[in-house]
Amino acid sequence: MKIAVCIKRVPDMDVRFKIAPDAKGVDESGLKFDISDFDGYAVEAALQMKEKLGVGEVVTIALGPDSVQEILRKAMSMGVDRSVQLKADAVPADSYAIATALAAELQGGGYDLIMFGRMSIDTAHGATGAMVAELLGLPCVTACSRLEIADGKGTARRELEGAYETLTFPLPAVVTIDEGIARPRYPSLKGIMAAKKKPLDTKPAQLGATAFTLDTMALPPERAAGRIIGEGVAAVPELVRLLKEEAKVL
Amino acid sequence: MATELQTETHLASPALKPREGDLFNIDAALTEEERAIRDSVRAFVDEKVLPIIGDCYVQGLFPKELIAEMGELGFLGANLPEEYGCAGLSSVAYGLINQELERGDSGIRSFASVQGSLVMYPVFAFGSEEQKKHYLPKMAKGEVIGCFGLTEPDYGSNPAGMITRAREQADGSWIINGGKMWITNGSTAHVAIVWAKTLDGDETGASIRGFIVPTATKGFSSKDQKGKLSLRASDTSELVFDNVHVPADAILPKSGGLKSPLMCLTQARYGISWGAVGAAIACYEEALSYGKNRVMFGRPIAGFQIQQQRLADMLTEIVKAQLVSLHLGRMKDAGTFTPQQVSLAKRNNVNIATNIAREARRMLGAVGILAEYHSMRHMANLESVYTYEGTHDVHSLILGQAETGLSAFNG
Repeated sequence: MKIAVCIKRVPDMDVRFKIAPDAKGVDESGLKFDISDFDGYAVEAALQMKEKLGVGEVVTIALGPDSVQEILRKAMSMGVDRSVQLKADAVPADSYAIATALAAELQGGGYDLIMFGRMSIDTAHGATGAMVAELLGLPCVTACSRLEIADGKGTARRELEGAYETLTFPLPAVVTIDEGIARPRYPSLKGIMAAKKKPLDTKPAQLGATAFTLDTMALPPERAAGRIIGEGVAAVPELVRLLKEEAKVL
Repeated sequence: MATELQTETHLASPALKPREGDLFNIDAALTEEERAIRDSVRAFVDEKVLPIIGDCYVQGLFPKELIAEMGELGFLGANLPEEYGCAGLSSVAYGLINQELERGDSGIRSFASVQGSLVMYPVFAFGSEEQKKHYLPKMAKGEVIGCFGLTEPDYGSNPAGMITRAREQADGSWIINGGKMWITNGSTAHVAIVWAKTLDGDETGASIRGFIVPTATKGFSSKDQKGKLSLRASDTSELVFDNVHVPADAILPKSGGLKSPLMCLTQARYGISWGAVGAAIACYEEALSYGKNRVMFGRPIAGFQIQQQRLADMLTEIVKAQLVSLHLGRMKDAGTFTPQQVSLAKRNNVNIATNIAREARRMLGAVGILAEYHSMRHMANLESVYTYEGTHDVHSLILGQAETGLSAFNG
């Protein structure tokens, strides 16, 4: 069983961030970076699958400048066997350009399963995994919340609104992973030390053509401050009056 | 005096841009592995310690359920070699583990300090190959918990005066009598490293030897020390040895004299200098976040000069303390550090952390007295840290002696 997990380096989106001066992306200064959340679930799910089967190899692949090596090392400290960096000066905005480079690396790699997060938590296109599947001519199951592999077949569960569905698919295949499948483990200290000695290959990314361009990225306008008109029952008549006359919502 | 300018960089990762809040870009002085280790322990503390620690503290319980995972992740005795099942980390990485654990609670860090520096270290430094192979891998996993019995009710700062006595029997076995107090992990431990005099009339402590004593041995008893207002999420116990009979191979063969337990304390105090920084960071970050969000007189209180002075003082002292510990750690790895340097670091860092915790608590106003917030818990904990592992005052005397050449210990 040979599994590839494609992971993306993203800023911690919980902290307040600024838009870069060129308005094409986030200002990276002062930000903390990590493996994108859904990609982290995919890494954990891949490691658990390997541990359950007792044999196999898990490879992580990331596209971008040398800063992506840090997340590849983190994945290896969690237990991933080796990594590949597809070197590019920047991560293109168009998922197709990324998918082309990933497909070129994955093609002929002998992978039984190629995993992605359901989407990256920064740009959230959710397109790369499906595009790679299409480029490689493989079946693709998106947003899996459970995954089992047995007898050369995969079984996946997908959460729907108020229901779920179970699908069976042949291998090799591409799956994208939803949350809930597995909580990523903490890298153990031995794992962190061992990761230093694991292979990390760097190759130039064969980026595909870009079909669209990113024009601007901007923050939403700040909301005006709220107004407190009073407290308790005494404030209700005035609140109702304002909702009727000023906000005109009643 | 002319000094040569150092041209080589002292930063492990010179190209790293500073993270928000890391004004002095201390991250850049760490290696990629050291940062990864720090981040892994930090994630563990954020997810496993912080949500439960307030309750543990109020109830007076040490969260034993965390031990197995701390062992599995390699937090225990992490700077000892891999051949004994440990992680083989640098001293700086070991320090960062302490920093992050104490960002959670001094009790959690105390557990790890005792297990790593006061139990595993003496087994490693003074134990036989059999003892090391038998105990260290299990201790690293947290399967065997240890405690360190040096301090006695009447001999705290003056351990040379201890009255616990081990008498060698005709068959080479030993019988130990005496008692210890203020022993972290004392009631949780499976084994105790007991320090005892082996000769009568020894006033200098030259006959002190270390013994590995299973706590299930007949005559060994421990009692939880009740009524603590500090380190409440930690097991602090009294140990009593009533004709505790241990075999000849219980002795740590390479231990000899008071110097041996003091070597352990130097290890632990080094870790404490980092741990205190972690507690200070927790309090500073809580105060900063609260100050930015708490509105009074129509604006966030962090916008008032009096609070900004508090915050400026806190950050300044934290940066200084981090640099002291980091430099000390690099010297420790280079094999050049001295106990006097460790005294300076422990004394300074715990002292500034104690002050920062108190100022943070005050900045939080009324909510600062609630267990739901962290600063008052750290403030109370740090009073113990100030007092244990060489009191602040004893470290003053060690430094005073190093400076003047005159010992003030006996007068």
